[in-house]
Amino acid sequence: MTANNRRAHIVGVGESEYAKWGKIGDVTEHALACKAILRAVADAGLTMDDVDGLASFAEDRNEGIFLAADLGIPELRFSNMVWMPGGGGGCAAVANAVMAVEAGQAEVVVVYRSLCQGQFFRFGQGGPPREDDGDNAPPPTVQQAPSPMMASLGFTMPYGLLNAAAAYALPTRRHMHLYGTTSEQLGMIAVTFREHASRNPRAVMGDRPLSLEDHQNSPMIADPHHLFDCCLESDGACAVVVTTAERARDLDKPSAEVLSTAQGAPKGYAFGPFSNANVADEIYATGACESMAKRLYAKAGVGPSDIDVAQIYDHFSGCVLMQLEDYGFCERGEGGPFIESGALAWKDGSLPTNTHGGSLSEAYIHGLNHVVEGVRSLRGDSTSPVENAEVCLVTSAACVPSSAVILGRSS
Amino acid sequence: MTRWFPNGMPQPMANKESLPFWQAAAEHKLVVQRCNQCEHMQLPPSPICSECRCDDMHFHEVSGRGEVYTYTTIHRPIAMDQKVPFVVAVITLEGAGGVRMISNIVEIEPEELEIGMPVRVAWEDMSDEMAIPRFKRA
Repeated sequence: MTANNRRAHIVGVGESEYAKWGKIGDVTEHALACKAILRAVADAGLTMDDVDGLASFAEDRNEGIFLAADLGIPELRFSNMVWMPGGGGGCAAVANAVMAVEAGQAEVVVVYRSLCQGQFFRFGQGGPPREDDGDNAPPPTVQQAPSPMMASLGFTMPYGLLNAAAAYALPTRRHMHLYGTTSEQLGMIAVTFREHASRNPRAVMGDRPLSLEDHQNSPMIADPHHLFDCCLESDGACAVVVTTAERARDLDKPSAEVLSTAQGAPKGYAFGPFSNANVADEIYATGACESMAKRLYAKAGVGPSDIDVAQIYDHFSGCVLMQLEDYGFCERGEGGPFIESGALAWKDGSLPTNTHGGSLSEAYIHGLNHVVEGVRSLRGDSTSPVENAEVCLVTSAACVPSSAVILGRSS
Repeated sequence: MTRWFPNGMPQPMANKESLPFWQAAAEHKLVVQRCNQCEHMQLPPSPICSECRCDDMHFHEVSGRGEVYTYTTIHRPIAMDQKVPFVVAVITLEGAGGVRMISNIVEIEPEELEIGMPVRVAWEDMSDEMAIPRFKRA
C-alpha cells in the first residue's frame, strides 16, 4: 500500500490556446509545450524549481530531456514516454507520473502533450502518401517494413485503410449490425458535447452550434462516420501536475486525488481494428476496455454508479458509445438507448460527459485535455460544473490499447 | 487484367515474417500462417504461434472464399485517380480457423453491402511482381 502521505494528487492544470489545425504557425509546438507546463505549474502554486519529472505519450516530439533543459528544471529525476499508440496512452502517462511519485522516484511530475499537427504531418493520416501517385506512378512493389507495426499496417494500407475515421468505422458498423445502433444515436453524442463546448471559452468549436440535422447532413467520411462523428484536428498543448498528498496539502487550490489508474490491451489486440482484423469476436465491436475497466474500478473501490462525471475519449462518436458499455454504464448493446436517454448531457443527465466539449468540440490534444477537465470538474472550475461531483472517470482512446484514471475530490 | 485501384495506392510493407504472404499473393495464392504443432492459424504472420508459443509454422493456402464481418465505405480518395466511394471490409476466411483479413470489396454498390455476405478473392495485379487480394460478391 502507498503510504498516505505519498498518495498521488493532481494539483495543477494548464493549457496553451487551442486552435484549429494549422492555425498556430508563429509559435513552435515545443514552445507551446513549455507554455502549458509553466501554466500548469503556476496553477498548482508551484514553480519550475519544484518540478523534477516529466511524462508524455504518443511519441510527443518534445522530449522530456530538452523540455527539462529549456525550463530550467534543477534536477531531472524522472522522464518517461508511454509505449501505447496514439491517444490510448494519455491516462497511462498520468499513471507513470503517479507511480513515480508514489514510489518516491520523483516529487513533482508534469504530464504534458503538445500537438501542432499543422507544423508536422497529420496524426490520423496513417502512412505517408506516395509523392508520385496517379496513373503515371511506377509499378508498385513490396517494401521493407522498418518495424512490426509497419509490417502489420502492410495488411491495411494497400487497401486504402489509412486513417482513423475508417479504421474505427469497422467496429462501429458491426455494433450497429449486432445491436441496431443508429447514426442518430451517434449524432446525439456530437450534439451533446457541442452544447457543453458552448460554455467553454477555450473550445475551438464553442461558437458553432450543432443540431442533429446538421450532423445528419454533414458529409460522409467513412460510413457510418459523418464529418461531425470525427474529432477535431487541433494545435495546442496542455499539462497536469502530479505530486504527493503531503505536498498537495500545503497548496492553496483543491487537488484531485488519483484513486486508480489502469492500462492495457486484450490478448492479440496489437493496434486493434487499425492493424488487426483478428481481434476476438467477443470484443471486436467494443472499445476493448472492459477487462481494464474492472481492474480500474476494483483498485479505486468504486463502481460505475459512483461516477458523478466522466471525460470519455472521443476520437469518434462510436468509440464513445462502445466505451460507455465497456465501463459498465449500460449493458453491452445498450449504448444507443443510453445516449438517447440524455444521460451524457450537462447538467441533468445521469452521467454528464465531456463537460469541456471533448475532442469533438473543445480540441484534440490527444485526450490529455480530458484529464485537465477531469480535475476542473472535481475542484469546481469547469465551465459546465457538475454540482457536488466527487468521483470522475477519465479515459484515453479506446479501440486501441488504452488507459484510464479515476479521480476523486480531495477532502 | 482488371484494375480497380491506381498504382499510387500505398504499397504493402513486409518484414521477414510477412514477406511469404506477399510472395504467395504474387502467384495468386491466398495464405495464412498455420502452426505445425497446434494447428492454430493466424494473420498477420508472426515469429511465434500466439496459442502454443512455438516457432514451428508454415503458410497454408486457403480457398479464397469468405464472408463479410464488417465494412466501411470511404468517401475520400487515398491516391490520385482513385474512384470513390470505395469499400474496405473485414472478411472471415473460409477454412482458416476464424482468421479474418482486411481487404476491399470491388464491383459493388455501397447500398448492396451486408454483413454476412459471401465473397471470393479477386486478384489485382499491380505490377509484374505484386498482386493484391481484393474480394467480390460470391
